[in-house]
Amino acid sequence: MDDLDATLSLVLFSGTDDRLSAAAVLAVGAAAMGRPVNVFLQYYAVDAFRADRIVADHGLAPEATAAQRAIVATHPGQHWSELFRQAKDLGDVRVHACALSMEMFGLKQGDLDPLVDDVEGVAAFMSDATAGPITFI
Amino acid sequence: MTLTAPAFTKSIDARGMACPGPLLALIGAIRQGQVGDEYEVISSDAGSRTDIPAWLAKAKHELVAVVEGDGFARFIVRKAH
Repeated sequence: MDDLDATLSLVLFSGTDDRLSAAAVLAVGAAAMGRPVNVFLQYYAVDAFRADRIVADHGLAPEATAAQRAIVATHPGQHWSELFRQAKDLGDVRVHACALSMEMFGLKQGDLDPLVDDVEGVAAFMSDATAGPITFI
Repeated sequence: MTLTAPAFTKSIDARGMACPGPLLALIGAIRQGQVGDEYEVISSDAGSRTDIPAWLAKAKHELVAVVEGDGFARFIVRKAH
């Protein structure tokens, strides 16, 4: 396989809007360039994908300063959920919720946005992640 | 009609759109278009200067021209297949 076509595997741990936006930009870029994208949602990222609050304010990462928060809040970019939707429309993008995290927070797949394809364990995620790097966000 | 009017199939004014919005707008237009269609994308996003040529090379469509403006660039693109 051409390295340029290798799968991009993203492990999303953080549930803050800035980190999810950065991840969504990577996903849509990879999909546009023809690379399969394999996303694994863990911990707070799972919670951010809850259907009833996916577009709610999820805050920013702790390293954001007050001045940076104001800048991020007024930036005209698209919401990360919309970028993930476009990524799925453009290419082979699969979003999996970590079974352990789902159990921890008492969630069922029906609680999550339809962007999430399924619930799976870490071994299943790893079996799809062999062809390229794994990025943890 | 004047002879100087550019015969673009579609002009996409993506100024003010954040990265990767202009590229996504172009991809959406090309996917709905016909072979030989020409598109103009006007973008103020600095990322477009690298992203649009990179995507066109990967997707094998043609970058006809890039025209620099004041705070933006115009990309002329042809759908090749």
